[in-house]
Parts: sequence; C-alpha cells; structure tokens
Amino acid sequence: MKRALIPLTALFFSLCPALVLAAEASGQAGLSPEALLRKIDDNAVPGSKIMVSSMTIHGRRGERTIKSKSWIEGEDKAFTEYLDPPREKGTKMLKLANQLWTYTPSTDRIIGISGNVLRQSVMGSDLSYEDMMDNRKWSDIYAAADDGAETVLDRPCRILKLTATVEDVAYAVRRVWVDEARSLVLKEERYGKSGRLLKTLDVGEVKQIENRWIQTRAVVRDVLKEGNGTEFVIESVEFNAKIPEAVFSKAALRK
Amino acid sequence: MIRFLFKGLIRDRSRTLLPLLTVAIGVLLTVFLQSYIAGAEYQIVEFNADLLTGHVKVMTKGYAAEPDQIPNDLALTGVDKLVADLKTEFPGMTWTPRIRFAGLLDVPDENGETEAQGAVVGTAADILTPGSAEIRRLGLENTVGKGRLPQKPGEILIGEVLAERLRLEPGETATLIGSTMNGAMATANYTVSGIVRFGVRALDRTGLVMDLGDARAVLDMPDAAGEILGWRTDGPYERKYIESAAARFNGRIAATADEFTPVMKTLRDQSDLAVMLDQFGTVRGAILAIFILAMSLVMWNAGLIGSLRRYGEIGVRLALGEPKGGVYRSMLLEAVMVGILGTIAGTVLGLALSYYLQAHGINISGLMKNAAVMLPSHLNCRVTPASYVIGFIPGLLSTFIGTAIAGRGIYKRSTASLFKELET
Repeated sequence: MKRALIPLTALFFSLCPALVLAAEASGQAGLSPEALLRKIDDNAVPGSKIMVSSMTIHGRRGERTIKSKSWIEGEDKAFTEYLDPPREKGTKMLKLANQLWTYTPSTDRIIGISGNVLRQSVMGSDLSYEDMMDNRKWSDIYAAADDGAETVLDRPCRILKLTATVEDVAYAVRRVWVDEARSLVLKEERYGKSGRLLKTLDVGEVKQIENRWIQTRAVVRDVLKEGNGTEFVIESVEFNAKIPEAVFSKAALRK
Repeated sequence: MIRFLFKGLIRDRSRTLLPLLTVAIGVLLTVFLQSYIAGAEYQIVEFNADLLTGHVKVMTKGYAAEPDQIPNDLALTGVDKLVADLKTEFPGMTWTPRIRFAGLLDVPDENGETEAQGAVVGTAADILTPGSAEIRRLGLENTVGKGRLPQKPGEILIGEVLAERLRLEPGETATLIGSTMNGAMATANYTVSGIVRFGVRALDRTGLVMDLGDARAVLDMPDAAGEILGWRTDGPYERKYIESAAARFNGRIAATADEFTPVMKTLRDQSDLAVMLDQFGTVRGAILAIFILAMSLVMWNAGLIGSLRRYGEIGVRLALGEPKGGVYRSMLLEAVMVGILGTIAGTVLGLALSYYLQAHGINISGLMKNAAVMLPSHLNCRVTPASYVIGFIPGLLSTFIGTAIAGRGIYKRSTASLFKELET
C-alpha cells in the first residue's frame, strides 16, 4: 500500500510511503540509502484496508474538520465517502489506477478530475489531487543520499535526501526523516525544481495496530499558503478487510 | 485700426486664405484629437469601472493584496451592513457587491459523466433584481448572441468561445466546479440561458456570469462577497473626488493590521490603470506641442511669403513715415485676427466632427480580437469644455509666433534706400 488512495486516509498515506505497516525490525541499521529507500517502499501494505479518518484544515478563517471513510485495495483502488460536515456528506471519490472521479449528491454528477485540476487543493486542504495520485515507488523515481541524522518523536532518524531521477514528478527533491528501525517516515520536506520548499509533513503520533506501526496523526503544510496546515488523523483502521469489488466502480459513487 | 486691418484681410484674400486654412485645419485636428483622447480616456475609465474596478472598490486588506488570485477565502463578510454603511457615508455614490471566482465548467454526457471541461473565470452580480444596473454595467444588454439573459436562479451566461469549445447551447446544463470561501469543493448544476460575445478574447474564452445569489449559495458565501464596487452618481468620475472618498474610508482603519479589514481602492489603484490614465495626459500635451510647433513653422513660412508679396506695401508705409514698430505691430495684429478667424472655423469644424463621432464612435473591435486587456469595442469622441477652447492655443500661438519671426525682416529694411527700391 503506497501513496495512492483517496482523500483523508488516502492523502495521509500518500504523504509517507511507509506510513503503514512498519513492523519494528532489528539489525537493519547501516543500510545504504538506496536499501533504506527500498525498505520504505517494501513496507507499503499490499492488502486491503478500511479506514475512518479526519482531516482538520487550519485555514485563514478558522478550522474545518472533514471526516471520511475509505476502502482501499492495494495501490490502485480506493473509494472514499465523506461523512461530515453536512455540506460534504455524501460526496464520494473513486481512484482507479491513474484516474480519479468525484461524485456530489447535490449535482448527481460523476466528474472526472484531470489536467490542471490535479494541482488544485483537495477540499481546501494543504494537499493537491496530484499529491494523492502519484503511486510510484520512491526507489523507482528518486536517488537517495544520506543527509544527516536527527531525533524526531524521541526516535533516532536518518535523514535521506531524495533527488528525482525522472522528469514528471511534482517534487524534484525530498528530505525525509526515517525511523530506520521501523522504516517509518516521521518528517518530510518537499522541494520544487527551483529548490524552493513547497510542503512539509510532521508526524505527530505513531501507533502499533495489529502488530504494525503506523502514523496516526500528521500535519501537512503547504508553505506557499497562509494558514497552519492540515492535520490528518486516522481514527480506526482494519487491515486485510474483505471489500466487494463493486465498491471500486463508478456505479458505487451514485449509491 | 482693427476695422481697417479687417477690411484689408477680407479684400486681399490672397494673403489671408493660406494662413486661415492652415490655422483652421490645425485647429480642427487639435480639437478632434482632444475630443478623441478625452473620449478614449472616459470610455476606458467607465468601461473598466463598470466591468471590473468600480470608481472605487472595497475589499479586505488580504484580498486587495493579491486581487488577481481571486482569494475568496479572504472575502468580505457582513456585506449587507457594510453596503448600508457605505451608502450612508457616501450618499453621492452607489454600491453593489460582486463575487469573482475561478473554476471549471463540466459538461455531462448522456450518462451524466464528464464529456468536456473548460476553465472559467466567473463574475457574480445582482442581475436578477428588476431594474438592477448590473446588466448594463456588465454590458450584457447587447452582447447576448444566443439565448437570453438569466431570468431565474440557476441560469448562467457563458462566453462564446467557451460555449463553442464545450459545445454548449442555450438550455443545456453544465456543472460548475469551484472552491467555497472555506476552500471546500463547490459543485452545482446550472442551465446555460445565453451565450455572450464579450468582444474581449480572454472573456469570450473563459467568461461566465451568474447571479450573486447563486454564487453565494454554491461558494458558501452567505452575506459575503469578494468585492463591493462603488460608482459616483452625483457627477462623472473625478480623480480628486474619488481619492478623497477612499482616503476618508481608509483613514479610519490605517492602523489595523488584520487581513480581513475592509480597505477601499480607487480605480487608479487597480489593474495598472494609473499608468494608462497618466499616459493620456502626456499624449494630450505632446499633441498640443507638436501642433503648435508644426503650425508655427507653416505660419512662419506663410509670413515670409506674405512679406515678399507685401514687400512694396511695407516699403511705401515705411517711406511715408510709419514707424517700423507700428508696421510690425499691425502685422502681428493681422496675424492674431487671422488666428482668431481660423481658430473659430477650425473649432466649429472640429466640434462638428467630434460630435458626430461622439454619437457614432469608431469600431476598434477588429483590433481587439486577441486582446488580453479589457478595452471597449467602440471608441467615441467626447466633447468637453476643453474641446471648445483648446484650439485657441495652437491657433493663436502659431500665427503670432510665425508672423513674429517672419516680420523681423521689417527691421532690416533700410529707410535710405526705400525710394530707390520703389523706383525699380
């Protein structure tokens, strides 16, 4: 399971490739940067999951919390239904591979999201649709190099500097703080081609659920925007859940 | 003396006609250009004011800092009260809220799924209230090419090029996708009631107009608006009047740092209009200077020709004992009289032409096909009080200066050799 998915949980997961399922391992210290990057990728959960999460947007005019439930199957399939607030309730999003659709009950329309819209903010948050659409493995599109070490959340972290090896990436450079023992990203900075810092991620809490370490709270900040970022919280998660295939269809959007 | 000189001018047309025609043509052009520039300036001011800027615009401080981004998350709230306060404080002005927004227009296929999408820049104004001036201000009266104006909530107008690209016809439905004031996704279905030819490529490509109430509903902006536009109603646009109003409004909140604080921007503060308007003054001054210079050269030449023709006459007058200064002054007086007559004739002709073009205008839409800036499709002259008097500056100055230069020859005539010259 990688950064694929759909708002809230999907977005949350999209931020950290090793967001979920990082069973604490021992004896893996001293990995090369490339090996650590592959480890982060490998920790992505390939199975299915059902999650309830919330996204609190700390905007210029105050806070707004959006709650949603997501059904996720591997990297390519995700379905999210917004539960709250009332204005957003019933809005649904479906991601199949590189395609994304949204449905709003007020219009009874299934609308494809593509082109420039992908760069726009999702529900006013600090994330763009583009952030959640790129589900490639980091080890396939970035070259890793050591960039120091720091302690984050009382955990010793290696800092990796990831430099894009392909052109079509939203962020040319990333700096990630990795809890090497858990292969878990605890902090991240994303930079554009010009070297300008664009977004930051700060994990606030990690939990062990079903013997897996996952980040359950994180704040993403678009540093080019005013406001205090968007906080993502996973309220519940069920791994290896059985999800009917019909959930990942456009017909499910209207149900 | 004046009567005597006037008779001379009337009876000897050969020495009057050329200077008179020169002055008249020059003055005609000056009056016409003055009216043309005044018309262009007035129209650009009013066109932009009606469509985009108002004579003044009230926004939040944060919105005013980046108006091109249309940051509706920084929109004004409590708009009804704010408009009421503005009406009380500035009784000589009219005020109305508007919302501008960016988004996508999504056209469904037969299954209700996306068939085509296009980016839109929308303007929401009070276009459903009977008698609202917004329809006139937005130029919607005469620009709806297909269909009709919106008559009820849920109806929109879209630009001609956008309609062609999305293959939308009046009566068809499209979905607007935008962002609410809080940044959430906003979607709503609308019926296209009409297709508009704005005449400005940028607007025809992306323009969308809807009623303010509809925009407030979809963008979650109850009693909110991005902008409140104000226009002077007790007279035409006047820079000092408008700047004074803005200074009075802004003076109360100058010390406040809150980005949601309302601030008032004048027309000149927006869309780089100050630069454009300042250029009009420069152009007007340059035109006057060029005409005075060119006409003076022509009048100098005409004076020299006249002096040659009147070489004998001047010689006789000097021989009879008339002082050189007296002859020089009488020629200057003649020049002033020619200048006055030419100016009157030129002004009358210039005003006639200007009044004609004030009524009918010059179609410049052909030049505007790919324009990115907003300019009117027709430019009309505007006859102002200055149009009546401006011709006197080049008309009188050129004849006076031209004759003064040419007449210096009088002082070079030798009195001792006058009779000898006259004998030959």
